[in-house]
Amino acid sequence: MDINNKKLLEVKDLKVEFFTEEGKLPAIDNLSISINEGETLGVVGESGCGKSITALAIMRLLSSPGKITRGEILFKGQDLVKLREDEIRKVRGNDIAMIFQEPMTSLNPVITIGKQIIEVITTHNKNISKKEANEKAIEMLKLVKIPMAEKRVNEYPHQLSGGMRQRVMIAIALACNPELLICDEPTTALDVTIQSQILKLINTLKKKTNSSVIMITHDMGVISQMADNVVVMYAGEAVEYTSVRELFINQLHPYTTGLINSIPRLNEEVEELEVIEGMVPLLSELPKGCLFNTRCKYTKDICREKRPNLIEFKENHKVRCWKYTEEWDKEGGK
Amino acid sequence: MDILSLGKSKKYDFENIEVKENNYKGYYSKSFRIFRKNKEAMLCLFIIVAISVVAIFAPFFAPYDPNAQSLADMLQKPSAKHLFGTDEYGRDILSRIIYGARISLSVGVISQGIASVIGFFMGVMAGYFGGWVDRIISFLIQVFSSFPYILFAIALIFVLGPGILNLFIALGLLSWANIARMIRGQVMQLKKKEYIEACIINGGSGLRVIMKHLLPNCISTMIVLITLGIPSAIINEAALSFLGLGVQAPASSWGSMISLSQPYIRSNPSYSIIPGIAIIIVVLSFNIVGDGLRDALDPKMKS
Amino acid sequence: MRKYIIKRVVEAILVVFAITVITFIILNVIPGDPVLLILGDRADANTIEMVRHQMGFDKPLHIQFFNYLGKLLHLDLGVSYFTREAVFQSLSRAFTLTIKLALSAYAFALVFGITFGVIASVKRGKFIDKFLMSTSIIGISAPSFWVAIILQIIFGLKLNLLPISGGESVSAFILPAFALGTRYIASIARITRTSMLEIIGQDYVRTAEAKGVSKWRVTIGHALRNALLPIITLIGAELGGVLTGSMLIEKVFSISGIGKLTVDSILSRDMPVLQGAIIYIATICVIIYLLVDISYAYIDPRIRLGDEQ
Repeated sequence: MDINNKKLLEVKDLKVEFFTEEGKLPAIDNLSISINEGETLGVVGESGCGKSITALAIMRLLSSPGKITRGEILFKGQDLVKLREDEIRKVRGNDIAMIFQEPMTSLNPVITIGKQIIEVITTHNKNISKKEANEKAIEMLKLVKIPMAEKRVNEYPHQLSGGMRQRVMIAIALACNPELLICDEPTTALDVTIQSQILKLINTLKKKTNSSVIMITHDMGVISQMADNVVVMYAGEAVEYTSVRELFINQLHPYTTGLINSIPRLNEEVEELEVIEGMVPLLSELPKGCLFNTRCKYTKDICREKRPNLIEFKENHKVRCWKYTEEWDKEGGK
Repeated sequence: MDILSLGKSKKYDFENIEVKENNYKGYYSKSFRIFRKNKEAMLCLFIIVAISVVAIFAPFFAPYDPNAQSLADMLQKPSAKHLFGTDEYGRDILSRIIYGARISLSVGVISQGIASVIGFFMGVMAGYFGGWVDRIISFLIQVFSSFPYILFAIALIFVLGPGILNLFIALGLLSWANIARMIRGQVMQLKKKEYIEACIINGGSGLRVIMKHLLPNCISTMIVLITLGIPSAIINEAALSFLGLGVQAPASSWGSMISLSQPYIRSNPSYSIIPGIAIIIVVLSFNIVGDGLRDALDPKMKS
Repeated sequence: MRKYIIKRVVEAILVVFAITVITFIILNVIPGDPVLLILGDRADANTIEMVRHQMGFDKPLHIQFFNYLGKLLHLDLGVSYFTREAVFQSLSRAFTLTIKLALSAYAFALVFGITFGVIASVKRGKFIDKFLMSTSIIGISAPSFWVAIILQIIFGLKLNLLPISGGESVSAFILPAFALGTRYIASIARITRTSMLEIIGQDYVRTAEAKGVSKWRVTIGHALRNALLPIITLIGAELGGVLTGSMLIEKVFSISGIGKLTVDSILSRDMPVLQGAIIYIATICVIIYLLVDISYAYIDPRIRLGDEQ
């Protein structure tokens, strides 16, 4: 765990809204996170909580009707939000890279995998020769442990299995030595055995290149395996933000507790799986107060009235919950 | 929106399978609402109805007898007396266009009617019986889809002679393939649905079962196919008449009017232009209404 | 892959055979007495008998058919009743003219159609999209022979720019090709747009963007490349229509192509030519369809290389 204290990426008060017929829907609000060099940040939450949108926002890949309406994304000092299209393109694939959830559909079916790796190389290295680019592509395939790389480089995606395609995606992502790798649920669509192989591969390569990783997932098991720090998201907001150890041992937010408790454990005898009651609110019907208040067992009046802020309750442990504020004890019952 | 799934939750009386009308009423009223919202389609529907009314009551609307010749008024440009001008025999073009609407619309509707009967029959046979019946019919469908059927139409006209009745037959006999293909697909899908299998296992006559359940769903598909098939029938009629193989003089098919206007494009271009615009308006309207019907009744057809 | 090709070729042969049978039935069986078709009502009994014997119509039907089939396989489509020229030769000669017209019309349609379709898909919802799609639906609804005449009026007469008849020079081809192609610009643009819109939403397009690839390269190199596949299937079906459509255009512009030959044969009641023309054109359509299908299988690596996992 080589985390030094140099900040690589800092997201400040990010707000992403979707402009639809039903009005402006806040997909992400008040999001502030940061990543240091060499760190792996886990982003966890249920589907629809805004984790993928955060990744797309960082890469400036949000398509309409989504737009970044507030906030800054500082990468090595530069605000990515303010960059022009041609400037952000220099960052994509080069300084920040991303791999996606569905390896089966994330590669172009009519272009060889070699050419797809070469494409990212030549996009960011205009002067490289075809031969060098080809060699680099083969090198990358070997790096992600694809056997018979020289032969496979001329194959098409449909000739590879899901796990191998994801490795190709990783090869493409790392080809230009990015400092930040964003992984959006990279193993959700894969078999469990392949899953752990891919995660181990990401960890190994991360150490080798000393890059940072954002690991987006809904699977707490993946978080425990991969992350140094974790941010838990709910309905577009960060509700807890701390190190992975703190999160598992001393969770603060009721939602986090629910998430952790709902992980089925093989070594315990459980009658029923614990479930968090209720459903994630629709973006068009967000509650006035705390977004989680409709499903929380500790809800008090203040929770229904006012949105809590993200506060640093303990050192390096932030939480967005009225329970941890001074106002809590003053409050009466439900 | 699968009309058949509306009935799925009911218990089935395997002896007498009743298709309850109420379930389907919901489907049709919902489709009607969707169609009504489509402004372009409603406008075009209005146009079609208006043109049909004018065509049916042509003697009422046409200012002149379409065959009345008047050598004194030959090839006049559009004027107050003759809104669309006159042709080379002094006949009023507007009146001829109105009577021409009768030809286009009747050929379109009747030939598609014939084609849909043939197509439906072939499709059901192929889908229901399967086996070599299906193979033969599918092969025929492929033959008729491999090239424009207008070639065969030309051969039929050669043999039967020109004229509007033979146009009905020629175009009707040859454009069945598309409808047959779609109906066959639907029947095959139907055969797979579990409750049909259950009905058949329990002794309900297979064909009767299929027909009772097929018909309501088919009606929407057929409506869309026929509406979308009419434009090609109209254009084919215009083309055949243009070549002299369709409607004969003195009848005024829009296609033959365009053909007759050719020597006069220099002096009287509106004679050529107007019938074409009439064709465009009618064909366009049927296309848009057909698209609208498909969106309202069965968007899945959009392949 | 090879199995697929063989299967398609066999199918195509069967289809051509079926076309021959159907054409034969229409022209020889239905009328009852094909000789009357050729001679019309004017001929006397002796002439009828003579022609009947000359052309072999006095033999039983199935023998007639097998004779015809046999000659067909030697590319002998009979002899024109009027010009006494071998049908196949006159058809082929006329066809070279027609194919030039058809191919130039369709090439022109492809270039404009795909361009318009890509533009409409990239600028979806904006004015240019709606404009292009509205004009294209009108383009599909307009009969090609009418468009031809309109073009003659505008370019030939009013502006006096281009020749309106004959098929010799290149410039004589411009208006006919344009007229024939217009309808197909419309259909190609529409299907390109639909195909592109489907592709643009695909994951691999997003991957390409995430790599920092320029928007241009993403649209053309990634999206269009995949969007073209369904367009290729369309080509097979449409080229048949282009060939038959040229019949009408040839009449408007007085080009001596196979279309004009076919129409003339009807008017002069030259049955052998008509029968030959229909089989000739239909067979070409089937061959084109077959070639396009096979090319598609080659171009899409998923079909070409199959599932090797």
